[in-house]
Amino acid sequence: MSAQLVQFLLTGLTVGAIYALVALGFAIIFNASHVINFAQGEFVMIGGMAAAGCVEAGLPLPLAALVAVAGAMLVGLALEKLAVEPARGAPVVTLIIITIGASILLRGLATLVWDKKIHSVPAFSGEAPLKLGGATLLPQTLWVLGATVLTVALLWWFFNRTLTGKAILAVSHNRLAAQLMGISVRRVLLVSFGLSAALGALAGVLIAPISFTSWDVGVMLGLKGFAAAILGGMGSGPGAIIGGLALGLIEALGAGYLSSAYKDVFAFVIILAALIFLPDGLAGRRRSTERV
Amino acid sequence: MKPYAWLAAAMLAAATAVQAQEPIRIGSFLSVTGPAAFLGDPEQKTLELYVEKLNAGGGVLGRKLQLTVYDSAGDAEKARAFTKRLIEQDKVDLMVGGSTTGETMAVVPLIEQAGMPFISLAGAVVIVDPVKKWVFKTPHSDRQACERIFVDMKARGTTKIALITGPGGFDKSMRGQCMQVAKNYGIEIVADEAYGAGDTDMTAQLSKIKNTLGVQAVLNCGFGQGPAIVTKNYRQLAIGASLYQSHGVASKQFIKLAGDAAEGVRLPAAALLIAEALPDSDPQKKVVLGYKREYESRFKSDVSTFGGHAYDGLMIAVEALKKAGSTDKAKVRDAIESVRGLMGTAGVFNYSPTDHVGLDVSGFRMLEIRKGDWTLAK
Repeated sequence: MSAQLVQFLLTGLTVGAIYALVALGFAIIFNASHVINFAQGEFVMIGGMAAAGCVEAGLPLPLAALVAVAGAMLVGLALEKLAVEPARGAPVVTLIIITIGASILLRGLATLVWDKKIHSVPAFSGEAPLKLGGATLLPQTLWVLGATVLTVALLWWFFNRTLTGKAILAVSHNRLAAQLMGISVRRVLLVSFGLSAALGALAGVLIAPISFTSWDVGVMLGLKGFAAAILGGMGSGPGAIIGGLALGLIEALGAGYLSSAYKDVFAFVIILAALIFLPDGLAGRRRSTERV
Repeated sequence: MKPYAWLAAAMLAAATAVQAQEPIRIGSFLSVTGPAAFLGDPEQKTLELYVEKLNAGGGVLGRKLQLTVYDSAGDAEKARAFTKRLIEQDKVDLMVGGSTTGETMAVVPLIEQAGMPFISLAGAVVIVDPVKKWVFKTPHSDRQACERIFVDMKARGTTKIALITGPGGFDKSMRGQCMQVAKNYGIEIVADEAYGAGDTDMTAQLSKIKNTLGVQAVLNCGFGQGPAIVTKNYRQLAIGASLYQSHGVASKQFIKLAGDAAEGVRLPAAALLIAEALPDSDPQKKVVLGYKREYESRFKSDVSTFGGHAYDGLMIAVEALKKAGSTDKAKVRDAIESVRGLMGTAGVFNYSPTDHVGLDVSGFRMLEIRKGDWTLAK
């Protein structure tokens, strides 16, 4: 394996891990409510900007990261309470439009709370590149990959071993039946928004030392995360991870071996193809027929 | 009936009195928010600061200046709408603004149609090539930046270079200009890569450049966070060739973002960045130091060359208004075209009917980043 290929793979995996975290956030909210939360990217932005803000204010990095994730979680909960819950019973399309509105509002607020400049967060453990098979990687890459693996493991445990997690799964399978069994759908929605926001913010904090952060980074990262979720199959946890990593690798290899000018094009063409030929995604079951 | 007639007469008198003191209206649209906010923000602050100062000093032609700024947020469509409003509703006398090339080019047809003197603050050469009757600009054009960089490369014996270009209009225009003028300097472009908007990692593109044979220098045409990521990735991959950035990153923020990775990066920029380091004999020192001190004491933030473009634009406008002795649009336009030897932050402005940039390459200084600060490159 050539050093160049290793470099492309590492790049793809790092970016892909971030896409996967964003895609997981999409999947969790979609499962609980069938809503595609277009404010998902803004959670990434809030995570990064809050961490940068805290570090600039003198907080130690681990605490700053914690504050950022917790803060984004609160924003997620507030979004559910103030915008989504009052509109419950509205068609899904209306709820989706509400999330688009929320994303614009959050971007605007970010320029007021922070500013319009680009910020950076110091790398978690230095910037000296490590060598690996002729390729180089930043220690931050290991943080991104490690944190993603850990998060995925925690999520698996949460959804399969805890009552709240199982309740969310139950609501995603059959909302009415779950409600009849005494599960509070309202609480499930609240938890899933909080969880998604925390996931997005985590992605934001992890990527900020590599790619910087500003008030508008959420747009593109949200879009790529959405694309990853579609590619993997909307609403599927493993699908989101596979979709995210696949998208990252496609981008890196496409830019490396074909043409960097069309990097984003590869990603979006593949998503179009997935929508046409594999509408349920790589890991999706035939959900649409199931529901009928 | 009679009281009404009195009232009408009084109003008429009041109106004429106001007429006499009618302010000179300067219109502007700037990317105060959005992806090019780092351009529009200092530009707006600069315009407001100096309009205030000029008014405190009695205004121009005995009339106060009235500044109207709209935030076009980097959106060409908004720029058009605001320009229409400035021309038709606000009835401004002249315009200074347009942070980005895309926005400037979008309003050029409106400007030309209305016959509005317009000084753009955007970079690309398309704005003034071919010359448009009513459109001028203050920053160096991207072609001049390419030329300045290639002069430096040639002096250091570089003949084979790689380009890596961002997604913006400025980025792409500069890439095109560099490719056009490269052969004049005996420079061959052996690799040509690109990155997209919102990209988080450029190691794939840079690996490709690293593995291209014979690359002696890499030139990054771009602005915003892209060049900072490129610079970081560049050091991560330990590429031996020297790295050049464009004048688009000439702000302290770039050094802050790229950190240690920025060490040794070379770029062309206006003298403003190294105001204190200029020798006292430099004729530009007084202007750039004055502006720098004024701006930094007022806004408590580092000066950038972009705010300097706005300063130059406003000073040229004021000079032209004084020369024309009126706000007659055609006279003001002719006056701008006849501005000679005006010292600005970007260099000496010498406009002519065939040159609506007015600057030559000598206004550009070649800088190298050393120990987290700008130094004059040797």
